[in-house]
Amino acid sequence: MFAGTTMLFAVAAEAAGEAAKSGGLPQLNPHTFEAQLFWLVVTFLALFFVMSKIALPRVGEVIEERRDRIKRDLDAAARLKDETDKALADYEKALADARSNASGIAKQTRETLAAETEAERHRVDEQISVKLRDADTRISASKTKALSAIGDIATDTARAVVEKLIGQDVPADDVKKVLRPATGG
Amino acid sequence: MAAEGTGHHGPMEQFEIKKIIDLDLLGHDISFTNSSLMMVLAFAIIVGYMLYAMRGRALVPTRIQSTAEVVYEYIAGMVKENIGPEGMKFFPWVFTIFIFILVLNIFGLIPGNFAVTSHIIVTFALAAMVWLVATGVGFWKHGVGYLKLFAPAGVPLWLMPIIIPIELTSYLIRPISHSVRLFANIMAGHTMLEVFAGFAVLLPWWGKIAPTGFMVAFTGLELLVAFLQAFIFTVLTCIYLNDAVNMHH
Repeated sequence: MFAGTTMLFAVAAEAAGEAAKSGGLPQLNPHTFEAQLFWLVVTFLALFFVMSKIALPRVGEVIEERRDRIKRDLDAAARLKDETDKALADYEKALADARSNASGIAKQTRETLAAETEAERHRVDEQISVKLRDADTRISASKTKALSAIGDIATDTARAVVEKLIGQDVPADDVKKVLRPATGG
Repeated sequence: MAAEGTGHHGPMEQFEIKKIIDLDLLGHDISFTNSSLMMVLAFAIIVGYMLYAMRGRALVPTRIQSTAEVVYEYIAGMVKENIGPEGMKFFPWVFTIFIFILVLNIFGLIPGNFAVTSHIIVTFALAAMVWLVATGVGFWKHGVGYLKLFAPAGVPLWLMPIIIPIELTSYLIRPISHSVRLFANIMAGHTMLEVFAGFAVLLPWWGKIAPTGFMVAFTGLELLVAFLQAFIFTVLTCIYLNDAVNMHH
């Protein structure tokens, strides 16, 4: 550390001596100014010319073109997305329409069928009731006939029984007269 | 910043202007010197780099093209941010200032090369150009009204006798502060490097390690300074232009 510090002073002293010997800082020597300024102006102007006329417009063009291209592509993508959305909406609308149509048709069919069934049932009911009425008529006729036949049978049976019991034939009208309360005839 | 230790080389010798070709124009010394050589080389490097990088002008850039585009967008962003869209008129000029100083700064760091921006006359000329352009733009755009720059709106009237001289002085001193900042940073850095190179040469072998290691680290720092000073010079250029174009601080 001590050696380093000593060295630093030694070098600094040497530098100072050198600067003093050569007449101060080279930066402050005005004899070099003209040449430096001349070449600075020449190189700076040349560089400015090349940059502004050739190099920078090239970079700017490329960047602008890329920006335009990206913008165009993005616009196209947005447009396509809109179209897709529209197509999707159309499709969904069509689907919904078809659905409501289908349910309409189904409902109508159901109603038609129900009405038809109802009419058929009505008709059949009618027929059945007509048949039932006929059957009732027939049954009551048969019943009447059968009941009237019962009187004759009872008379015959009673005559046969009486004949067996008293050994004498009894006229049918007498038997009937006697049996009338029982047969209801 | 050549580090030869032979003879009596001081840390200031690296700043010596050395004539390469003696030239004379109407009695004026326009000799081609080590400084001129570096400027011409910087010009050649910048032009060669820009034209080579943009040779394809590809929509999908190559690596080198994208570096040129990055620098372009960086400076364009700086100009737009500081001056506004109107400032893009000055973009090629600001870009030239930035890249010229940047390349001269970095180029000067290569051992054996001469640091052009370590000379106050060069940085002062650049700063004076900026000041003259900004002042010219200010008066051209606002006429005499540009003088209102020295009497900011909203300052109470009784403060004006103080504010106006301060503003005027700070405006007039701009080319000096602008140029000394760049020149002093580059000169100081290069002097430092040379001093430590001097240690490395003078000390016995065991003493060379520390200054050499320091120089390696310091060179890295100087790279940062080279960029930073180019950046600061350019930002200040934009700020001065903004004053001239928009007249607000």
